[in-house]
Amino acid sequence: MLQIDTWKRVLIWLVCVIGLILALPNAFYTRVEQSNDAKAAIELGIDTPEMQAEAAQWPNWLPSSLVNLGLDLRGGAHLLAEVQVGDVYESRMEAMWPEIRDALRDERATVGTIRKQESAPDEIRVRISQPEGMSRALEVVRGLARQVQTLTGVGATDIEARSEGDTIVVQLSEAEKLATDDRTVRQSLEIVRRRIDEVGTREPTIQRQGADRILIQVPGIGSAGELKEIIGTTAQLTFNPVVGRGTNPDAVPGIGEQVLPSIDETGLFYTVESAPVVTGEELVDAQPAFDQNGRPAVSFRFNTSGARKFGDYTLENIGQPFAIILDDEVISAPVIQSHIPGGSGIITGNFTVEESTNLAVLLRAGALPAGLEFLEERTIGPELGQDSIDAGKVATIVAFVAVLAFMALSYGLFGLFANIALIINVGLLFGLLSLIGATLTLPGIAGIVLTVGMAVDANVLIFERIREELKSARGPARAIELGYEKALSAILDANVTTFITAVILFAMGSGPVRGFAITLGLGILTSVFTAIFVTRLMIVIWFERRRPKTIEV
Amino acid sequence: MRLKLVPQNTSFDFFSRWKIWLGISALMMIVAFTSFMLQGLNFGIDFRGGTTIRTQSTQEIDVGVYRDALAPLELGDVTITEIFDPNFGPDENVAMIRIQAQEDAEAVTSDVITQVGEVLAAADPGLKLPFESVESVGPKVSGELIQTAVIAVVLAIGAVLVYIWLRFEWQFALGAVAALVHDVILTIGIFSELQIRFDLAIIAALLTIVGYSLNDTVVVFDRVRENLRKYKKKDLKEVLNISINETLSRTVMTSVTTLLALISLYVLGGDVIRGFVFAMIWGVIVGTYSSVFVASTILLWLGVKRDWSKPSNNAGNQFANVDA
Repeated sequence: MLQIDTWKRVLIWLVCVIGLILALPNAFYTRVEQSNDAKAAIELGIDTPEMQAEAAQWPNWLPSSLVNLGLDLRGGAHLLAEVQVGDVYESRMEAMWPEIRDALRDERATVGTIRKQESAPDEIRVRISQPEGMSRALEVVRGLARQVQTLTGVGATDIEARSEGDTIVVQLSEAEKLATDDRTVRQSLEIVRRRIDEVGTREPTIQRQGADRILIQVPGIGSAGELKEIIGTTAQLTFNPVVGRGTNPDAVPGIGEQVLPSIDETGLFYTVESAPVVTGEELVDAQPAFDQNGRPAVSFRFNTSGARKFGDYTLENIGQPFAIILDDEVISAPVIQSHIPGGSGIITGNFTVEESTNLAVLLRAGALPAGLEFLEERTIGPELGQDSIDAGKVATIVAFVAVLAFMALSYGLFGLFANIALIINVGLLFGLLSLIGATLTLPGIAGIVLTVGMAVDANVLIFERIREELKSARGPARAIELGYEKALSAILDANVTTFITAVILFAMGSGPVRGFAITLGLGILTSVFTAIFVTRLMIVIWFERRRPKTIEV
Repeated sequence: MRLKLVPQNTSFDFFSRWKIWLGISALMMIVAFTSFMLQGLNFGIDFRGGTTIRTQSTQEIDVGVYRDALAPLELGDVTITEIFDPNFGPDENVAMIRIQAQEDAEAVTSDVITQVGEVLAAADPGLKLPFESVESVGPKVSGELIQTAVIAVVLAIGAVLVYIWLRFEWQFALGAVAALVHDVILTIGIFSELQIRFDLAIIAALLTIVGYSLNDTVVVFDRVRENLRKYKKKDLKEVLNISINETLSRTVMTSVTTLLALISLYVLGGDVIRGFVFAMIWGVIVGTYSSVFVASTILLWLGVKRDWSKPSNNAGNQFANVDA
């Protein structure tokens, strides 16, 4: 009657053993962590005897994945940034202007003279002196448009031109804006990742969230402010022609020009053309260096197209100054002495060695295509995290012991079976969490404690049912079998409904709440598994050995 | 000798005063709702934006001194609460400072935090810097978080309604959902009445309560379904009573083990998650009550289709239903 096939028995034990082995590293958390770090360092080429010794703390043949500790447990910084995708429209339009200007100038006979008007940053307005030529002018401008590759917008172009009286208004098309937004966010994500990697911290989380947001979590960093400094600098490097210089910050710039402050000399302002000659995007390398006077500087090299543009410009403008601009501040404005054909150069300024190194890192990682606005920032100190871990540990152990004692008192031998299953259950849960690389948060610990409390539910359901079936007395074997059979539907229904709420929590929640949903959901899976298979197997084995005439549950 | 919380065979009559029980539940819900309308919830920064700073000092904290020190910074509404926990040592004095969302920025800038640190350190030489934790949420995100939270709770209840409807009958689904709504409202009510901080984690707790209460309700309903087939002649009230009595031992056992675990977490788990655990403890108690006194009572009230046998089996007595 009470039979479980041998292959099933083997399978059940196998699952338990594998789960427990996977969970094992977590019992030696610091040791395994040090060993993992050392192994990673050795792989990177830092091979010292100390590293070897640290790596040897945990044998290679054992699994070494650990449950990640969330920020609230380990300490660190959390940022939610919104990419200001609109910024890019502006630079796109700026880059467009010379092209439009040249094209319209070629049509001077029909459109007359052209004049750029004040406009919103994401559009260009050009007035033409011969409004009769408007249709030709629009045709010319539209001719500059390129096809956009989108899934839906067949035949969509990147810019749209329309006329308002004698003015042509050029804007990015909706399809192009969508495509640009997506590209901007992906680019920003990549750059943020590179910057954080350059700093080299452990297990940062950098994720896109929604359409235009980036979630950044870096454990072990001192504060969100520090993190913002690393990633928040846009490091937008451009080389612009200089129109003039002066001391008046409110000087009215001409159309297509802007007034920018000097980074070193307070009170000095440059008027420069807004459209850059070359931008930092065309840099292929930047390294900290020293100039001929031995002062810290940054050397850089352009890619081919950047080198050509830079070469052409320097050839045509010998004797003129040009400005090296970083994030809307003029680093320096040297006069072009000669044609610079090689596409490499050096930026000098009043840098310290550290500043020049940082600038090189930022330039190498690339400029953020758009600004970031921080919507949410959290810093958790490492000590608070450690306190939470300690408190969580004690609470879990006490909860565990209380439940074990209570079960043993209530159900005797069967209670002991349930207790062994409960221990296996928590082991399996940790094994699963390590396997999928889940992150354990403080609410996640609460999820585990809750699982401990609720995991016995399935067993309680079964044991209570066996008690009832014993009353109708058709022998203990039959009672056990019926108990399992009849309790099954209640167990499934009850756990499926809880599982549904865990899934919804996971889908809707973020951060710590998600950590809670994961432990709760996985806890349901493991507790159903242990109740239906593991305790049952133990009871069956016991029953086969003892063959009791009566049982007491 | 076995520990038995509930005698082997019980035959309590849970429905002799069912109108009173429903009345009490309705009354409690009204009280909870009124409290919510009058006082509102003590929303944490997750939901209303702003910044919280957790400070630690080796000296006794004087909230008044902190407040005076912060006043010149003109940060708007500032709340300072001291936190007590059995885990803290004598030289660990912890306070929470909450600053309202600032108008000019989405998240509070690091400058403000540094300033707060400076003035507090001047007022309290024992202050530990950097702060234990600083969390700042902009109004944009907090608005969305409220929305997501409400959607999550509604979605969870909706999903459950559908699942139970599919597995049982619509009356069961309504009964279960009435119990869930009851639990959620009472939990929100106690948070508003005691003005405990209501943040994102509490939403997680609410959903867990939904899950737990449901767990309980489903076990009872499962037995009701079984007994409806078993005792075709008995009336619904009797069947419900039998079912609840049969599952009573299990209901109490599970509630007690869960409460044991939760209480240990409440006492020992530290102050950071105390609100969260409190919500769950409350939820387990209310959820256990509601699965018997709300879900089952509603089921009794609505009545249930009794011919659980397949239509083909009662082909001969299909007209019998006419009178029913």
